[in-house]
Amino acid sequence: MKVGHPKDFWSGIMFIVIGVLFAVVAKGIKFGDSVLVAGYAMGTPARMGPAFFPFWLGLILILFGVIIAVNGYRTKGGPDSAFPHFHWRAIAYVLGSVIIFGLILKPVGMLLAGIVLVIVSSIGNPEKSPMKTTVILAVGLVVFCALVFVWGLKLPIPLCPDVEAIQSSIGFCRG
Amino acid sequence: MGEILSNLYLGFGVALTFQNAMYCFIGVLLGTLIGVLPGIGPVATISMLLPATFVLPPISALIMLAGIYYGASYGGSTTAILVNLPGEVSSVVTCIDGYQMARQGHAGKALGVAALGSFFAGTVATMLIAAFAPPLAEFALKFGPADYFSLMILGLIAAVVLAHGSLIKAIAMIVLGLLIGLIGTDVNSGVARYSFGLPELIDGIGIGTIAMGTFGFSEIVRNLEQGEKREVFTKSITGLLPNWTDIKQSTWPVLRGTALGSFLGILPGGGPTLGSFSAYTLEKKMAKDPSRFGKGAIEGVAAPEAANNAAAQTSFIPLLTLGIPSNPVMALMIGAMIIHGIQPGPQIMTAKPDLFWGMIASMWVGNLMLVILNLPLIGMWVKLLTLEYRFLYPAILLFCCIGVYSISNATMDVYLAALFGFIGYAFIKLECEPAPLLLGFVLGPMMEENLRRALLLSRGDPMVFFTRPISLTLLIITAILIVIVVSPAISKKRAEAFQEEAV
Repeated sequence: MKVGHPKDFWSGIMFIVIGVLFAVVAKGIKFGDSVLVAGYAMGTPARMGPAFFPFWLGLILILFGVIIAVNGYRTKGGPDSAFPHFHWRAIAYVLGSVIIFGLILKPVGMLLAGIVLVIVSSIGNPEKSPMKTTVILAVGLVVFCALVFVWGLKLPIPLCPDVEAIQSSIGFCRG
Repeated sequence: MGEILSNLYLGFGVALTFQNAMYCFIGVLLGTLIGVLPGIGPVATISMLLPATFVLPPISALIMLAGIYYGASYGGSTTAILVNLPGEVSSVVTCIDGYQMARQGHAGKALGVAALGSFFAGTVATMLIAAFAPPLAEFALKFGPADYFSLMILGLIAAVVLAHGSLIKAIAMIVLGLLIGLIGTDVNSGVARYSFGLPELIDGIGIGTIAMGTFGFSEIVRNLEQGEKREVFTKSITGLLPNWTDIKQSTWPVLRGTALGSFLGILPGGGPTLGSFSAYTLEKKMAKDPSRFGKGAIEGVAAPEAANNAAAQTSFIPLLTLGIPSNPVMALMIGAMIIHGIQPGPQIMTAKPDLFWGMIASMWVGNLMLVILNLPLIGMWVKLLTLEYRFLYPAILLFCCIGVYSISNATMDVYLAALFGFIGYAFIKLECEPAPLLLGFVLGPMMEENLRRALLLSRGDPMVFFTRPISLTLLIITAILIVIVVSPAISKKRAEAFQEEAV
């Protein structure tokens, strides 16, 4: 038998998995004497330990997950109910550019990291724009951000490359 | 009545200081800007600007953030009318008749009615907050921990009952949000829960990080995959002021929209979106000739615009009096209050009357600024609309990244936001609305704390939730709500109320 409403079915499975994770980490797993996951103290209802609330919430989430998954398996959904198609290209460029920004922000500073962010994320757009426009946009945006956020609002964001940090992280520069 | 006036006097004294008026202006200006621009909403903007408010005094910060919110619900209508794209979800229905009016050459009239209707609604809603917030806050002061726990359950359930989409999925999203809210150090035992040895997780995940990921980043990915098609009416926008016939035609719709919006805004989960949808449906039902709707009926612009602005404002009532957020923006406002060292709840009104009344007065000041700002500056907003998304989204991305990083100067937050961007995208793809998650996230620690205190006082007896009259009443209301929504007749009506969205 086929799954009737894949979107709902897989949402339910997702909730079950997350619920199990939260409940298990709270309660811990023990096989006899060997402790696989330490867990937190459960306590009693009158003196709740740190595990109490998340453990029961985890169980509730599992319960909802099961109901959603079973319903999704049984009911027949329309054409919209198919498992969704993920646009990996847009995901990769947009979120990838954010991660790169995070990685290089401290060593190279916001000016360079921002330019990289704008250029990489722009490549992810299905409608291409010429590289020259993108670079102009990138430079304009980082200058604007430097003026507003760093000089105007005094947010402590590094602007320029931290040369020493880069040198110490690359063995080559040390000879 | 005299008390209200003296309170408002105090409020205006705070709101009209040069600094606060300036931040209110910046707030509504930014709000209108992001409201006009499709593809970025108030949630992402407020979380982006959260770190920028650290240096401000709390009252100025909250006035500015509030201004962004109602400014956005205001600016969204401009886009809806001129581009047939909702700048905000709350202006989805304005597209239907507003855009048709623009196509018939009445863009100015539609914009004018929207602006004046919103201003009227905003004024009424401000008065309502001033009148209803104090008694409600006073009543809430009687609440014990058990009552608070039940109130949060009611608030969370009511929030998803009124929203659209699958109810059980929305409740599951709340539970997930509550769980994510528990990540970090447990205040009672000092145990760092779910931190997985990462020092950055010991303080928990910031609400700004989650909001920017699930609402900012995932929205960009979704917009990119959909591509853009726009047709902007930028040529001739004249005759902004409606004539006598227009005023006569839209007076009742504005009044009805204001009433409906104010009421729905107070309810948890209400807010501007539900307000505008319901107001449109109501006007269509009341009209002598319903076939005019969808073809440029002025009532179809006036009523929903009044309703969404009224609701945007009255949704501050549960926040200011009970400390319960009714929608994601209010959840962020709670986050902002906590960052600024203000414990949200009924005690705000007595402990910090200047903040409480200052914020309320600033809303009226902000609304006045919006009318002044929007009518003459409409040309500038229209120019902004011609800005292409391919230039816009890298800018949004950069602002978000800088915002996320500045919350605590940690690149870990940037990675987490990217992770939540993916999670949020997956949720939307699986038709799980991320809004309830944010509400649960804010309430998670508060709920645990109240549950703990309630059970400590009752020596572990869970019956305490059913023996205290306030708590029992709240739980019964919750049960009734669930029964009503699950019953087939109402669930059909609920689908009907949101059907316009599919169009």
